[in-house]
Amino acid sequence: MASDNIQLDKNGHLKHFLSTEGLSRNLLFDILDHAESFAGVGDRAVKKVPILRGKTIVNLFFEPSTRTRTTFELAAKRLSADVLNLNIAQSATSKGESLQDTLQTLEAMHCDMFVVRHASSGAAHFIASQVSPRIRIINAGDGNHAHPTQAMLDMFTIRRHKPDFTKLKVAIVGDILHSRVARSEIHALTTLGVNEVRVIAPLTLLPSKVESLGVHVFHDMEKGLENVDVIIMLRLQRERMRNALLPSEKEFFVSHGLTEEKLKAAKDDAIVMHPGPINRGVEIDTQVADGERSVILQQVSHGIAIRMAVMAMCMGSPDELSAVES
Amino acid sequence: MTRLHIKNGRIVDPANEIDEVGDVFVVDGKIVSVISSPDNFSADRVIDADNRIVCPAFIDLCARMREPGQEHKGTIASETHAAVSSGISTICYPPDTQPVIDTPAVAELIQQRAQQVNKIRIFPLGALTVGLQGQRLTEMLSLKRAGCVGVSNASTNNDNTDVLKNALAYARSCDMTVFLQVENTHLSSNGVAHDGAISTRLGLSPIPETAETIAISQALLLIEDIGGPVHFGRLSSARSVALIAEAKKSGLPVSADVGICHLHLSEMDVDGYNSDCHLRPPLRSQRDREALCQAITSGAIDAICSDHQPHDNDAKAAPFAETEAGASTIELLLPLVMNLVRKKIFSLQDAIAALSCRPAAVLKTGGGSLSPGLSADIAIIDPEQHFSVEENHLISAGKNNPFVGWELVGAVTHTIFEGELVYQSNISS
Repeated sequence: MASDNIQLDKNGHLKHFLSTEGLSRNLLFDILDHAESFAGVGDRAVKKVPILRGKTIVNLFFEPSTRTRTTFELAAKRLSADVLNLNIAQSATSKGESLQDTLQTLEAMHCDMFVVRHASSGAAHFIASQVSPRIRIINAGDGNHAHPTQAMLDMFTIRRHKPDFTKLKVAIVGDILHSRVARSEIHALTTLGVNEVRVIAPLTLLPSKVESLGVHVFHDMEKGLENVDVIIMLRLQRERMRNALLPSEKEFFVSHGLTEEKLKAAKDDAIVMHPGPINRGVEIDTQVADGERSVILQQVSHGIAIRMAVMAMCMGSPDELSAVES
Repeated sequence: MTRLHIKNGRIVDPANEIDEVGDVFVVDGKIVSVISSPDNFSADRVIDADNRIVCPAFIDLCARMREPGQEHKGTIASETHAAVSSGISTICYPPDTQPVIDTPAVAELIQQRAQQVNKIRIFPLGALTVGLQGQRLTEMLSLKRAGCVGVSNASTNNDNTDVLKNALAYARSCDMTVFLQVENTHLSSNGVAHDGAISTRLGLSPIPETAETIAISQALLLIEDIGGPVHFGRLSSARSVALIAEAKKSGLPVSADVGICHLHLSEMDVDGYNSDCHLRPPLRSQRDREALCQAITSGAIDAICSDHQPHDNDAKAAPFAETEAGASTIELLLPLVMNLVRKKIFSLQDAIAALSCRPAAVLKTGGGSLSPGLSADIAIIDPEQHFSVEENHLISAGKNNPFVGWELVGAVTHTIFEGELVYQSNISS
């Protein structure tokens, strides 16, 4: 299927950013390199570059979100774009307007890019297939499928600490089943050539045939963390208890919560990551979350640079980009 | 008197174990003779079937035409035109119309509409429970008198085993076949795709195979106690086939069918969020697909049906999980079956049997063969006709056809219903 080529234009440049799957290693490195050059913009007195001046970007959020939406907004503004925030949850679709009608209305207003979050897997692909060719789509999270900018900001954070991906063992811990972040991270890590990707979770929180994504499966956390360089903890949603997937938060913390004790199994210089928001005492102990191995707050600030990079790459010509970076 | 003479065709009539070149003679809507010529036969119309296959017209055990209630997706008139182009003369109509077929009035309305179009026979299935709500039994005897050939849950929830037990027992005392399409809704919950590598990668909520096998096992245990007959529609997995085969071996009065999509497509076809491949039951693994094909030859599965479900464009234009399930397939039923015959997946005789005498046996309404005295429902096939499936050539009102772009070989050139020519393809003589 040509499903993922929808992300590239005919010259192989990034057109839409929907998933980390189906993109080349070089392209992922390009995203990281561009983000590296944008990372300094936030430290300047004037925190703006004119790359997207005159462009209109719509944050189209069908699902509530604060931090992702905010960092996208900040990223767009630092690129000098005009930003429109639309929370569709409280808007037209709840009055019965179809997704297609909403899109057509926004297109008629000559917007240039939609940043989309939606509760349905595949929503960003669907929107990219529906809009006119001049409009760019960035996936800010679709159902359980993908959250590619989160994955790339995690790759960015990893690379700043561990520059050679090919030497790394990375463990992703927790609710893999419902996690779009985990899926996008797995594709990004395997594409970037990571030595080993592990997933650690009870069977009830693993999707079937998860090995087919190229990961090693562990149920026991201590065994899974042995010798790893990077630990990515996932957020555990309360509703998992209601659906009989887990007995209790307490038991989950005992089996899969990251504590100083469990952390000892990993390499001495292993870093601890979490996409946020954190449930302290459920998936991660406060001591670890705030400890010296934790890079959780760095992830947040890297989010802006990555989103600037992706927006600029999808919209701009490569020449403009290199001019700003030099 | 109308007299029809079909000349020189390869006559394939599995019920009578005929597979030879010869003629078929029809008088006043009935078959009068096959192979041997009746004395002094002078035809009003002669159809030259040289290099063609002449066989009983097809019986489709599950096709939805959306009338009454969802005429924006299709009507009995629009979908009948699509059906006859695939050699179909009889269809079984599931009760999940709006309103549901739980009263004689709705059953009669559907048959009247079919009679107005007068190209196809529609056998409605009555609802197993009032409004298909899974609670109160319908007036099955009245439904039977209104023309329903059986009762069915359509594809709705049947988790209440006590109601299912009573419905099976009451249907049995009314001498009606029960048509079930079952799924354990606790296990399928909000699922939209087969529980496997593809649903994992795409992040689609899974429907495990056990949703089907547990529901079938449960029904089979009830049938062991109560009796039947019970027909299981739309099997999707290898283990379901094994369960039915075992039940048949132990003498239970059960039969089964499979939808044509499940013989051609698998979970892989959902990749790229292809909503035309959003089906219920879901498309499963390659291994499942192969087992379903083999079951046509072994006889574990009796019939191949279209499971035709035309949709308006909006129903499929949304993110995958929000689209409606089902594919528009009726006009490709025969070409798709011929595709598997060409690939030697099963024999021509088994294929025709699975479209004619075997579903006829499930319905117990007669027909499905070329026996003299029967209604002359005949399909003529050009097994060498090449064509490509193009959206703007589709006859059905539903353009949600997963086979658009496919190249197929083998098509119906003539369909005869009760002795009348109701379809003739443009390029046929």
